[in-house]
Amino acid sequence: MNLSPLAGSLACVAAWLAIGALSLLPGRDAGFARRFAFPLGALTGLALAAFGLESAWAPVEQATLPLGLPDLPFHLRLDGLAGFFLTLLGAVSAGVTLYANGYFRGETRARLTLIAFEYHVFLASMALVILADDAYLFMVAWETMALSSYFLVTTDHRLPAIRSAGFLYLLIAHLGAIAILLCFGVMHGGQGDYTFNALRTAELTPFWATGAFLLAFFGFGAKAGMIPLHAWLPEAHPAAPTPVSALMSGIMLKTAIYGMVRVIYDLIGGVRWEWGILVLAIGAGTTLFGVLYALVQHDLKRLLAYHSVENIGIILLGLGMSMVFLGFGQTEAAALGLIAALYHTLNHAVFKALLFLGAGSILHSRGLRDLNDMGGLIRTMPVTAFYFLVGALAISALPPLNGFVSEWLTFQTALQAPLLEHGVVRTLLPLFAATLALAGALTAMCFVKVYGVAFLGQVRTPRHPAHAPAAGAGQDCGGAERIGMAWLAAGCFVLGLFPVSFLLILNRICVALLGGGLPESALESNWLWLVPTSAGQASYSPLIFLAVIVAVTGLAFLLVRRFYHGRVRYAPPWDCGYPEQTARMQDTADAFGQPIRHVFGPLYLMTRHLPAPEDPAPRYSLKIEDRHWRLLYLPVARLTEFISGKIGLLQRGRISIYLLYSFLTLIALLVFVR
Amino acid sequence: MTTASAVAFQLLQSVFVVLVAPLLIGWVNQCRAWLQNRSAPSILLPYYTLAKLFHKDAVIAHDASPLFRLTPYVLFGCMWLASGIVPVLATSLPFAPAADIIALVGVFALARVFSALAAMDIGTSFGGLGARREMLIGFLAEPAMLMTMFTAAFISGSTQLTTIVDTLAHREFAIHPSLAFAAVAFAMVLLAENARVPIDNPTTHLELTMVHEAMILEYSARHLALIEWAVALKLFAYFTIGIALFLPWGIAQAGDWAGLPLAIAALGAKLALGGAALAVTETVLAKLRLFLAPEFLSTAFLLAVLGMLIHFLVLG
Repeated sequence: MNLSPLAGSLACVAAWLAIGALSLLPGRDAGFARRFAFPLGALTGLALAAFGLESAWAPVEQATLPLGLPDLPFHLRLDGLAGFFLTLLGAVSAGVTLYANGYFRGETRARLTLIAFEYHVFLASMALVILADDAYLFMVAWETMALSSYFLVTTDHRLPAIRSAGFLYLLIAHLGAIAILLCFGVMHGGQGDYTFNALRTAELTPFWATGAFLLAFFGFGAKAGMIPLHAWLPEAHPAAPTPVSALMSGIMLKTAIYGMVRVIYDLIGGVRWEWGILVLAIGAGTTLFGVLYALVQHDLKRLLAYHSVENIGIILLGLGMSMVFLGFGQTEAAALGLIAALYHTLNHAVFKALLFLGAGSILHSRGLRDLNDMGGLIRTMPVTAFYFLVGALAISALPPLNGFVSEWLTFQTALQAPLLEHGVVRTLLPLFAATLALAGALTAMCFVKVYGVAFLGQVRTPRHPAHAPAAGAGQDCGGAERIGMAWLAAGCFVLGLFPVSFLLILNRICVALLGGGLPESALESNWLWLVPTSAGQASYSPLIFLAVIVAVTGLAFLLVRRFYHGRVRYAPPWDCGYPEQTARMQDTADAFGQPIRHVFGPLYLMTRHLPAPEDPAPRYSLKIEDRHWRLLYLPVARLTEFISGKIGLLQRGRISIYLLYSFLTLIALLVFVR
Repeated sequence: MTTASAVAFQLLQSVFVVLVAPLLIGWVNQCRAWLQNRSAPSILLPYYTLAKLFHKDAVIAHDASPLFRLTPYVLFGCMWLASGIVPVLATSLPFAPAADIIALVGVFALARVFSALAAMDIGTSFGGLGARREMLIGFLAEPAMLMTMFTAAFISGSTQLTTIVDTLAHREFAIHPSLAFAAVAFAMVLLAENARVPIDNPTTHLELTMVHEAMILEYSARHLALIEWAVALKLFAYFTIGIALFLPWGIAQAGDWAGLPLAIAALGAKLALGGAALAVTETVLAKLRLFLAPEFLSTAFLLAVLGMLIHFLVLG
């Protein structure tokens, strides 16, 4: 069977929908959902990734499906950009879905069938968002995605906290959806139809183009979790079952990035540099805000969710730089920025999914989510500990893993600043790069905290386990979970060590979108060396880097063994001679974040209770709130409530009054409309 | 230049740096002793200490994970790698293009993360305290370091240390005011990153004020020796980065064997001066309170940013 990439991708979408439908079959103990749904879903993901990759070299394909409303069929299109995001979706979801097979094994029948159904519909809708080629199908898929993920978030809907998290998610998702809808309306401008082709060719005045840009940026930004529209993210991601959190953080946020790139670069076109400055400013704010709030969290999944906010900010920094360069007509530098942003999109999907899965393994086997209850897990869960370490090093942007490559590319983009003619903008770009440097170092601190508190040190006695640990508690994760995590961890290495092959694909996307890219000869000539611009200017070779570091470390080891000895004696910890060390004397997650609270104090809204010295039962409490709640969300909520209250006055519940309204409307129409 | 000759140069430099690095520590200690009116220890003392430590049996806590035992080797490897990238004796080394200045900062970050993780491995209170403070200083110093690097990168249009040194060393003598700012900022970062006064005190015996020393309290024997050696290598690497950026004159080209004696002599003179300057700083300054470190390092950051702005102003 020889399918074209588009037909193949559609087949994968259909397969996911079929798997979802089959999972609903009322069998004894939900046999299909339990045994086959997730492995088949993972295979479909792999196939989708393969089709996505294939499309990078294939010509652009278009198709029309005879579905949808009469006269309004679904249009599909698969180009390089869509293919790249399909690869991301397929490859990352394959690992997560395989993991989910083991993770959901202990669920009851009713819950499992529903989860399997919603899960696969969620995957299929994300693929359709990427494949859509008209505003109508795009919005349908976008809404399906929002709804299916809403139901997944509220899987444990009996808990009030989860219900309210789900509501907040749904609310902000719809605010975003309205903005996107309006954006399509603005681009449409009352002429033609709603296919992306028509929108692409529509001529917009600068005013309307900027309007469409703002609507698209904030509409998709609400889904991506950029400030100030991020509030749902740290609530909804921890509420969902862990594989779903991994999907949402790893992939769903990226569909918003896809939407931004598609609409701003492709459909609106004519990117202005002022737009780029706005994206940069919000990106920098998002980056710093995300990592600073992550540093003061002690719930592992919440912390990871805040890091997703941060990484979206990093992607926005790359996009913003690219838009600034594009606005000034520097296509090559713009391509570098876009490549950095897209590569970070892929990298973040891989390592964030991996980290969420690691958190899920701890939750599953220990029932623990609070870092302050963990400790010493590396000794009982060595496999999870290893994979989590890979993810932690990758997200901290340490060479030679993948996070470093995309941050390196973003730095290189910023260093192209002398190309710009505008003096102020030229000095701004390196400052945004400094934000990125600060955020990278803070991320490293945060993951030292996570890893040190959760996996290293001595075992702490849990005070509040999140729920009863599943059967076989205390064990390391099972087979399916291991393969899922190993797949993603391998992704961190491959993306980090062989960036050039991926850059070639991304470069083609840039050529298609921007009309120019990096010099292909520089990329093609040498797969070992990452040389984005010219050889004397910047280069980085992760493979040689890794080889040398391994060789040197190994050499040091051999030399020490050869010339000296390998003798070891075991003893109690020394700790400066203090013998009564207990597990409670270790740094907790909050203690580790204390310097941050001290240095960045004004950023947080802290309520602290410090016990008096003579208090016989001292209790120390600390609560940190997001300032956005007080400054933005609560006033808006109060305003909405006030307006709704006034409108509610119209609604008296008496039929005679409603008839009066109809009568008045009729009179008004008769008077004003002739 | 022939490739074989250049590779030989690379190997020579790597071995040279590993062997010479403890000497710099010895020199700084000697200078400091003189300045403080103590009778100075031998300049070779760091070597004797290393030899003594290597011969001892390692004592490890019962709960130590493999990470704890791996870390000293990783630290040593990272610092050795860094010394291979920096043009110490010669530019155009064959290995240099594998990592530019951003990757170099990444190597230091990698080493820092590993040492902080190892500090938390045993679960002692001092270990956690040290790790927390080290990461605090690290996240403050890293942006400042990158900004100084960027200033140099903007001047030479490249992030390759080799190219930067070539541009700065082989041009007509011109004073870059931006480089002066960057140099001050870099010196401040150097003090912080290498756990020197005023941020940390390498000779302290008070556990509660320790930063770097608190992290390595649980290490002994060969592991401790490797860490101490890595510390020496790190100081050496920072000094040579500073020399490469701000005083690059006299450096040889890889494969240019005739230039080597001059390069070694120039390097020795610059290091001797730099080490003496470090000893003076450490003698006249007192250690800062931990929460003054952010002020110190944000000053460094602002200086570096000023340097960069001045570069653009002078250009535009």
